[in-house]
Amino acid sequence: MRHVISLLIENESGALSRVSGLFSARGYNIESLTVAPTEDASMSRMTIVTTGSDDIIEQITKQLNKLVEVVKVVDISEAAHIERELMLTKVRATGKDREEMKRMADIFRARIIDVTDTSYVIELTGNQAKLDAFISAIDPALVLETVRSGVCGVGRGDRILKV
Amino acid sequence: MVLSGAEIVIRCLQEEKVDYVFGYPGGAVLYIYDALFNQDKVRHVLVRHEQAAVHAADGYARSTENVGVALVTSGPGATNAVTGIATAYCDSIPMVIISGQVPTAAIGQDAFQEVDTVGITRPCVKHNFLVKDVRDIATTIKKAFYLAKTGRPGPVLVDIPKDVSMHKCEFEYPKEVSMRSYNPVVKGHQGQIRKAVQLLLEAKRPMIYTGGGVILANAAEQLTKLTRMLGFPITNTLMGLGGYPASDRQYLGMPGMHGTYEANMAMHYSDVLLAVGARFDDRVIGNPDHFAEEPRKIIHVDIDPSSISKRVRVDVPIVGDLKEVLEEMIRQLEANAARPNPDTLGSWWKQVDEWRSRECMKYKNSDEIIKPQFVIQKLWEVTGGDAIVTSDVGQHQMWASQYYRFDKPRRWLNSGGLGTMGVGLPYAMGAQLANPGAQVACVTGEASIQMNIQELSTCKQFRLPIKICNLNNRYLGMVRQWQQLFHGERYSESYMDSLPDFAKLAEAYGHVGLKIERPSDVEGALREAFARKNDLVFLDFQIDQTENVYPMVQGGKGLTEMILSAEDL
Repeated sequence: MRHVISLLIENESGALSRVSGLFSARGYNIESLTVAPTEDASMSRMTIVTTGSDDIIEQITKQLNKLVEVVKVVDISEAAHIERELMLTKVRATGKDREEMKRMADIFRARIIDVTDTSYVIELTGNQAKLDAFISAIDPALVLETVRSGVCGVGRGDRILKV
Repeated sequence: MVLSGAEIVIRCLQEEKVDYVFGYPGGAVLYIYDALFNQDKVRHVLVRHEQAAVHAADGYARSTENVGVALVTSGPGATNAVTGIATAYCDSIPMVIISGQVPTAAIGQDAFQEVDTVGITRPCVKHNFLVKDVRDIATTIKKAFYLAKTGRPGPVLVDIPKDVSMHKCEFEYPKEVSMRSYNPVVKGHQGQIRKAVQLLLEAKRPMIYTGGGVILANAAEQLTKLTRMLGFPITNTLMGLGGYPASDRQYLGMPGMHGTYEANMAMHYSDVLLAVGARFDDRVIGNPDHFAEEPRKIIHVDIDPSSISKRVRVDVPIVGDLKEVLEEMIRQLEANAARPNPDTLGSWWKQVDEWRSRECMKYKNSDEIIKPQFVIQKLWEVTGGDAIVTSDVGQHQMWASQYYRFDKPRRWLNSGGLGTMGVGLPYAMGAQLANPGAQVACVTGEASIQMNIQELSTCKQFRLPIKICNLNNRYLGMVRQWQQLFHGERYSESYMDSLPDFAKLAEAYGHVGLKIERPSDVEGALREAFARKNDLVFLDFQIDQTENVYPMVQGGKGLTEMILSAEDL
């Protein structure tokens, strides 16, 4: 089962490697991991997308909680939550493809944020499925490069992860 | 008061009431050694190899309730310490390791004696720190001691660059430390404890299974009281020996791979199992699927939530300090008139005693050749069962744990989790320094002892009257045993050729050496050794080369699938 784990961690050097080291040492999967400081600069928030049986997910959250610098851990996928990911795609945009790319961007409500004579950079946010759908909707031969941020997640409504 | 970083380090150790630091100097810690030189509160024990420094500090901690402290230099000093740190980590021993580091400006430049100590040790410490500013030393060391001894204990490493130990700042030792990200649970959940007590009272085939947590939490007294109130059978794991008096009738011996028949059968066929500070590891329950085949309710008390439901599903988890939780259980029992049904318990005991009557620890003694089990039994007799016994890793470790009956906690020091050969002698050094009047015996083998034999020199310098009982069978005995049983008797590289004359070697270091070849000389040699109150005596027992450790549960098998003796093969 796919799970989205959010955690708050002290913004110290080495904190990221403590988390990633834990996953590799114990053989847990990381599908994506994002991290950046929160509104309180002394703390970072991480979103980790992982897969595993219920037993493994229980161990993952317990092991994360055990790290001395981890302040709080929540499996946000246990209840209603929102996931978003950012993707930047540089595509070839010449001749008839130029108009086609513009149209596809509009359909997916993406934005073209860089324009040259031969290329566009298309910015798209959404959940993983939407980003995947966009990639499969366009001609792969036109894709010059793609960069994805990994998933950010937040619980809906009253479910708040804060100290 | 303005002090240098190095002086602050030493002042912090004084504030933490550290009496011994085990270490080895080098370039990156020269300022710290200079500060050590100018005071006499913290005594330094100069070992011959950094690995032994960490093991000795670990042995010191295991034999007391204090945090062990080691001090090493950067680069090879730190890498040599890693085995010691990992050993302590696997057994949750409270320790602070201070390592020197190259100056901050040189970090990342591939400087002389530079390694990424914080990176290398990260997976085998409870936590570690790189101190980049002299003003952070005092709070960091305060945190290190706090982390090491609270919650589930463990080693904490503080890496101090040379310039940071040279810089000066105002010193004030923080009185308290609080970390928003670290708040270990102490009190167990009342409702869960009530549920557990209810289950225990209703049990038909109850069993108590306890581990190293009981020793670490200093909860042996509470455990003993609870066990006697309930009248249940109890087993202590290798790490938990001495948690409950081994000579008591309710005690069934050790469980697991080389545990007793009765302990394993009672674990397996219990209907309610109370696990206290133990972690159901592979050497204890064998195959977890086989263990789960028999339905039973499990109550698991542990300070570390991640130990619960890790290898087996638990019905009543209780997270908390063992001492507090056991005291609460006792309180609830005292307030409750109900007691386990004596008839049901009686028929369970009848079954347990039937298992016990198999006498699985019996061995065939000999007049011709020394049996290792016989040496341990004599050691137990000669020391009145009250020595601190350290061991290395292998057959001798199992024999010592099986045949020396530990009635008190912190008398048995061994590397249970990591299984580190070479810990025995440094553990004995730490234990002897911490307990100057105590009888300290190091049970070892000719292979293990050579992994830190250089420490005989340290023992001479610090006049440590340790008694080394070398069970010398000229083989890597446990390797040989597995090769015999599971690898078609192909003894690949398990025979040790060209061994030294250990008695003479001990003499060369300035100690007393004895070589014992006949069973009739065993007791006399032990008595002579322990009569020499001020000497280290190296007893080199030439034992039966073919002796194996039984009973045995083969790796991957279930607890009830035991080989009881050579006749079962």
